[in-house]
Amino acid sequence: MDDLFIEGDPIADTRAPDGPIESRWDRRRFEAKLVNPANRRKMTVIVVGTGLAGGAAAATLGEQGYQVKSYCYQDSPRRAHSIAAQGGINAAKNYRNDGDSVHRLFYDTVKGGDFRSRESNVHRLAEVSANIIDQCVAQGVPFAREYGGLLDTRSFGGAQVQRTFYARGQTGQQLLLGAYQALERQIGLGNVEMNARHEMLELIVVDGKARGIVVRDLVTGEITSEFADAVVLASGGYGNVFYLSTNAKGCNVTATWRAHRKGAYFANPCYTQIHPTCIPVSGDHQSKLTLMSESLRNDGRVWVPKTKGDDRNPRDIPEDERDYYLERIYPSFGNLVPRDIASRAAKNVCDEGRGVGPTKLGVYLDFADAINRLGRKAIEAKYGNLFEMYERITGEDPYEVPMRIYPAVHYTMGGLWVDYDLQSTIPGLFVIGEANFSDHGANRLGASALMQGLADGYFVLPNTVANYLAAGPFEKIDASHPAAVEARRDVEDRLQRLLAVNGDRTVDSFHRELGQIMWEHCGMERSEAGLRKAIDEIRALREQFWQRVRIIGDADGLNQSLEKAGRVADFFELAELMCIDALHREESCGGHFRAEHQTPDGEAQRDDDNFAYVAAWEFTATGEPSVLHKEDLEFEYVHPTQRSYK
Amino acid sequence: MNLTLRIWRQSGPQDKGRMVTYQVDDVSPDMSFLEMLDVLNERLILAGEEPIAFDHDCREGICGMCGLMINGDAHGPQRGTTACQLHMRQFKDGDTIDIEPWRARAFPVIKDLVVNRGAFDKIIAAGGYITAPTGSAPEAHSVPVAKANADAAFESAACIGCGACVAACPNGSGMLFTAAKVTQLGLLPQGQPERHTRVIGMVDAHDEAGFGGCTNAGECTVVCPKGIPLTTIGRLNRDYLAASSKRGDTPGT
Repeated sequence: MDDLFIEGDPIADTRAPDGPIESRWDRRRFEAKLVNPANRRKMTVIVVGTGLAGGAAAATLGEQGYQVKSYCYQDSPRRAHSIAAQGGINAAKNYRNDGDSVHRLFYDTVKGGDFRSRESNVHRLAEVSANIIDQCVAQGVPFAREYGGLLDTRSFGGAQVQRTFYARGQTGQQLLLGAYQALERQIGLGNVEMNARHEMLELIVVDGKARGIVVRDLVTGEITSEFADAVVLASGGYGNVFYLSTNAKGCNVTATWRAHRKGAYFANPCYTQIHPTCIPVSGDHQSKLTLMSESLRNDGRVWVPKTKGDDRNPRDIPEDERDYYLERIYPSFGNLVPRDIASRAAKNVCDEGRGVGPTKLGVYLDFADAINRLGRKAIEAKYGNLFEMYERITGEDPYEVPMRIYPAVHYTMGGLWVDYDLQSTIPGLFVIGEANFSDHGANRLGASALMQGLADGYFVLPNTVANYLAAGPFEKIDASHPAAVEARRDVEDRLQRLLAVNGDRTVDSFHRELGQIMWEHCGMERSEAGLRKAIDEIRALREQFWQRVRIIGDADGLNQSLEKAGRVADFFELAELMCIDALHREESCGGHFRAEHQTPDGEAQRDDDNFAYVAAWEFTATGEPSVLHKEDLEFEYVHPTQRSYK
Repeated sequence: MNLTLRIWRQSGPQDKGRMVTYQVDDVSPDMSFLEMLDVLNERLILAGEEPIAFDHDCREGICGMCGLMINGDAHGPQRGTTACQLHMRQFKDGDTIDIEPWRARAFPVIKDLVVNRGAFDKIIAAGGYITAPTGSAPEAHSVPVAKANADAAFESAACIGCGACVAACPNGSGMLFTAAKVTQLGLLPQGQPERHTRVIGMVDAHDEAGFGGCTNAGECTVVCPKGIPLTTIGRLNRDYLAASSKRGDTPGT
């Protein structure tokens, strides 16, 4: 494709065992080398990020006896953005006796990912899902329970079985606090050194191996090099490239992008999840978008007026003048269709001019029927906190008036490429949770992010990292090593370059503009013309950024503008790669919808003959084309079909 | 609407700090409080002044990172709401709003409105957990939990660790935070084996970190964005008494 990228050699996941899928994880664990408990304390592992994946991994590695150094940019590991996940966590427990099984969770996840994930990884995820619930209950996570004292479950986003465990609308918070408490216990015992308010700004690679990171103490501004035998990135997703998203304000791509620039391939960057149920934008001041858990779709009905420009109060619009479009188009799944489908359907009705609310970019999510059927009390018990949150933000009472919702960027399925061991293309660099790419394909199912984060952190990485560390401890290095000196100098130069611009525009103004370009051209619907335009605009804006950004203050202390500027600079580079990835993928799949590739009734049209692969991108140099490496995906157990939820 | 803001500015831990007045015009009632501060900061940057440092992250009321004293109220005038979820429709045109950091001995100011709440983590590290190393857990359904206990545990588990309770307390006590965790874990069968060591460890860490003692003023529960009830402190006291007599100490000394 012109000069935007170069195609390189294919890449393969050499760690995945073959044989029957049910026994692959057992086999891998058996074949992996182990580290003698007495040797573990001689080895250091750095973990960046303290969300479900990073917190669980740091705690578990500490329990196993490794020396762990943990880093987060927030003021406490408990703040990581996993905390904001609302709906629940899937697990193949089959407590409901409703036909669930490991195989069904595996099948649903591969299908839900629109056949763009790896079967081996997904099966392992389904296998360990049950252990996660056991682990969390043992930690005191207060899951919802039935009157008999057993755990309650519900169905969630696109699943026809009730396999989702939840803690009201705060499941992420409760799971994260469980991991955080396990982590704090290890900190108290001296097994984990916690470094809050520290940001990783560079990866240190020595003789081809990841051996450390350069971090900045966000309070003092001090820059230090930290060393280890292995580095684990658990730094989350990159949805904030869109500026407006449901991510926390601090979520960023810097840790993974810096690793990418040092040689870690970036896989499927264009796979972005747009969540269908968020509170619509209210004005230019908007700094983030708030998710309304999609569990609301279990009881809420989505509709818009049948006729364009119907401005009546929703309660005055009679039943036969409402279009419950999800129930109409997808009668078997109705309001519970997967996220990508629900989001695009909302966009379509708004594009037709039938959107609601002041901006006309919204659809109703109506609880009137559920309140009539179950009573207000029951709805309050299930969703009380979500309804309150909605009212605080919008000033409207959803018990009386239907909620207004609109899709928003929520999750990124792409991330650093990893093998079955969760190791990137840089030996010794492991990537877990949302930061990697492997389990969700082109679309993540609801309640599966928490499952994957904890699976990676508690059960997968602590086993696979041992295989790598069995060859250690590696040669001791210190801050005088040329690779460390260079990495540190790069960090310092970059900070000084940002400060030296002293221009006339704020970091946020650039970030907002970048976000608009991405949302317009690389959001819910993408086209060749749009993506090409976006690439040009991003390049021009990035140039402007380096000439006009204005940051007050210096690098010698707490400087929040400087922190943001570094993150936005990396978002610019990522944004271009996302557009190139989206442009090269001449098909629609999951969250990646190309206008040119749709079925006659407007559904995503995959092209399995040409695109059943993972696109793993290799960085070459700033401004130079990236190299595309394809990892072919094979489907032995779940035969690719067109997803149908009709 | 047009507002006058009086904001605490402090360049670092050594600086004495002072209130500085800013005028902010054209504030939309749909803005969140932090978005209003964003607008002010954008303006300050363009004018060549240092923007106001304040902590925030999720902006949806769950991470606990934001925390501002707004007109003397922790998180502002709306009950059950964090500063990030507070919207400007709670104020009116012409209002003067005082914005200060959490003030407590255990939470030293880092810069402007940013404080160090690391003391909370120390309390958790001293016992705010159930020891359950990864992989050692029994089948989840092997231990049923009465729904009433599970629900009550959840109520306490809702704490977001923001520190409003400490900021509101005349003694700068972190007892509501500590009691919420003691209560959550103490209500669950899984939490029983460590029930007594937990409460002793956490209360000791609380006192060492420089938090004041609880005198039942009750300000904490009023400002708590998650409505953690004062009864959790009663529960903590009972557990502490039982645990102290068990280890032979005289409680309260």
